[in-house]
Amino acid sequence: MASAFNIYITGVGGQGIGFLAEAIARAADKAGLEVRGCDTHGLAQRGGAVASFVRIGEGCHSPLVREGDAHLVIALERCEALRAARDWLSPKGNLVWYDTSWQPLPVRLGEEAPIEAPEIEAICAALGAGHVRVPGGSLGDPRMQNCATLGAVARAGLIPGLDMGNYEEALADLMEGAVLAENLALLLGGC
Amino acid sequence: MKRLGDMLLEPGAFSEIAIGNAALVRAMVESGVEIVTSYPGSPTPEIAEAIRSIPAERRPFRFEFSTNEKVATEVAFGAALDGRTSVVFFKSVGLNVAADSFVQLPLMDIAGGMVIILGDDPGANSSQNEQDNRHYALMSYMPLLEPASAQEAYETLKVAIRTARAHRTAVILRLTTHVCHMKGLISFAALDKQALAGSHNSGGGFLPVASECIPIAAAVFPMKRRALERLAELRLEADASALNSLMPGAAARGPGRIQAQGGSPAPRRGIIVAGLPWLSLRDAMEASAAEGRPDVLKLGWIHPLPTGLIARFLADHDEVKILEELDPVIETQVKALAFDAGLHTRILGKAGIEEELGEHTPTKVAAIMSDAWPDLFPMPAARPALPGRMAPSRPAQLCPGCGHRSAFFAVKAALGKDDITVADIGCHTLGHLPPLRMGRVLLSMGHAVSTASGLALSGRDLPGGRKRRIAFFMGDSTFFHAALPGIVNAVYNSHDVLMILMENGTTAMTGHQDHPAAGRNFNGPAAAIPVRKALEGLGVDNIREVDAYKQDELAAAVRSALDETGFRVVIAKHPCMLKFTKAARRRPGFKPRHVTIDQAACTKAHACVSLFGCPSFQVVKDGRVSVERELCIGDGSCKQTCPSGAIIDGEGGF
Repeated sequence: MASAFNIYITGVGGQGIGFLAEAIARAADKAGLEVRGCDTHGLAQRGGAVASFVRIGEGCHSPLVREGDAHLVIALERCEALRAARDWLSPKGNLVWYDTSWQPLPVRLGEEAPIEAPEIEAICAALGAGHVRVPGGSLGDPRMQNCATLGAVARAGLIPGLDMGNYEEALADLMEGAVLAENLALLLGGC
Repeated sequence: MKRLGDMLLEPGAFSEIAIGNAALVRAMVESGVEIVTSYPGSPTPEIAEAIRSIPAERRPFRFEFSTNEKVATEVAFGAALDGRTSVVFFKSVGLNVAADSFVQLPLMDIAGGMVIILGDDPGANSSQNEQDNRHYALMSYMPLLEPASAQEAYETLKVAIRTARAHRTAVILRLTTHVCHMKGLISFAALDKQALAGSHNSGGGFLPVASECIPIAAAVFPMKRRALERLAELRLEADASALNSLMPGAAARGPGRIQAQGGSPAPRRGIIVAGLPWLSLRDAMEASAAEGRPDVLKLGWIHPLPTGLIARFLADHDEVKILEELDPVIETQVKALAFDAGLHTRILGKAGIEEELGEHTPTKVAAIMSDAWPDLFPMPAARPALPGRMAPSRPAQLCPGCGHRSAFFAVKAALGKDDITVADIGCHTLGHLPPLRMGRVLLSMGHAVSTASGLALSGRDLPGGRKRRIAFFMGDSTFFHAALPGIVNAVYNSHDVLMILMENGTTAMTGHQDHPAAGRNFNGPAAAIPVRKALEGLGVDNIREVDAYKQDELAAAVRSALDETGFRVVIAKHPCMLKFTKAARRRPGFKPRHVTIDQAACTKAHACVSLFGCPSFQVVKDGRVSVERELCIGDGSCKQTCPSGAIIDGEGGF
């Protein structure tokens, strides 16, 4: 189990969490690493919280990660970043989150205060975990948030054993033409 | 770009990243399956998506989405009865719908063999319960195999098909949600062209005169006897099957071998496990710092159980833990087996109700094993205390622009305070959540018409002279799936209920599969059976039809219909906007549309948020409402809900 690297990817249904997980799993496979994972998408398109797991390396078996044992958490939304950091991020792990806010109902109804970035930073600090915030709002097409966030993960080298070429090959498995070119640009160069 | 359809037809052996559901289709192709049927339901619809990825002209078998699981089972049975190997797949609770025909299958002589792929849902990820369908295998004398991973799902389906053919019967392949969706590198075998040529076009075996499969009265017994005898033969196969594996553990070395108190040798310990919990257990064993490791008997053949193998495993151990998700199906049989064999092994079954609830995730299995044997499975270090609050909950909800939201909003306005609404299954079930809170009771697909009928009988003369009116919701796919008998009953027996038919033209919840009113089936254009025409044909004469976005008109229609008697229908019609918007985005020249809030007109009444509840509306600290561009599709169904008319066409934001 020591050599396994666990990733928990989360966001709101419709943000492309499954695609992000597929790209990472394929990149790990391109790098010659063992990989397994799982999307949890029962009601994925209905605006609920959704998550995918990716586990890389030998000595991991279940497609699911033990709570509090994700070395890397990738969140595509602010409230889900808070939830995932609390429940899944391992001590000394890394959180990468795309900063957009799709308020959950209790916030919209005024029952809960909106989530603020410092709340997320405080959890990371308590866990001794790294913290990368990807600023939201600058992308023309919200459906490319996942690739922008993947770029942040790839450029910071946060998944051991994977290099940029592996991510590029993975994207080329999954898309083609102009869409591939746009997403490769996001992967390599940021927003 | 790699295409799934090409991969599924690849002639040679290869490895590829795939999910369990997609790998199953490769097993069907390799095995020469000829007929495949289904009704969509999570966790299985991706099997159909994988089938769709093979262009129709290259697809080596025929596939259809039937109108419900019972129909799908019968179509697959009929084809297999005549000699063509068939597969039917559906979700856990679909088996309840199919059960009437399903339980008869082992009585039959099914020349082609058929496999029922069940997607059970421990954890109720997307189901109304987490029923354990292994009970059905025992009840119907049907063999059941269960894989623990995506790779095993592919391999086990091939064994299931071979077994079904060899024994001319039906075999269950039981999967659970995260085996269906598990992703990893899967090794696939090459296609055996010769074997395929031999298995294809194998129909015509069921003969007009010589063949007979009619279990009535005394004729039941030879058929049941054959089913039981087949089960006895299969038990021998199960005992020798490579689907079960015995994995030796490791004894603790040195002083650890002798227990501190008493000085007797440490007990020989073993675990019996099946399915995905095996992978959770492997993780727990490898995470454990303890020196000793128990032996494991991992079962792939669940019914009939390999009793010889299990008896030997029990005899070889002092203590055996049965690690089993959901109900104690294996546990009760193993305990009976130990009793019959006079074995004194200490058998640790479920320690309490918690072990019957939910999925056996790695987190849960670590806790269960630590409870059973803390010396072998020490609990991991506690998580540090974290500052701040828990994240607010985020239940699933209706999409922006959903016609159901607009319809619920209008219906709610039309209802009196004593009236009751009954929910049914589909996206519109989500109407029960705040802020709409429409639909107060749910059993199963199509139940609403008859549950409502019973409520209406009771509501005629409530204590104190009160009366209460009953309305229920029904989706258009469910209408065909399971509502028709209830509707006929309501018409026939004059029940005073109002059906609000939420017609969105598709099976939205499970991924937009076509249904009989769509004018298309899986394989192309088809005769449409419009719901209105079907209702008229059933003798329903009180039908109103309103666009769900026209809230005043819809509320007026519901108000009028509520005051009438007999079986009434209001069709609240609007296409699924998720499907509609996805298609629109793909068209060249697509321009996104949004609404915005006229801040000068807005009185901060928040009706858009607290009554209508479209997720596009965000509330900022000073109480202003903003429109999230990434969510809003500019449908404008919200405009009529604002008392001050502050929602206008615009660019989103403030």
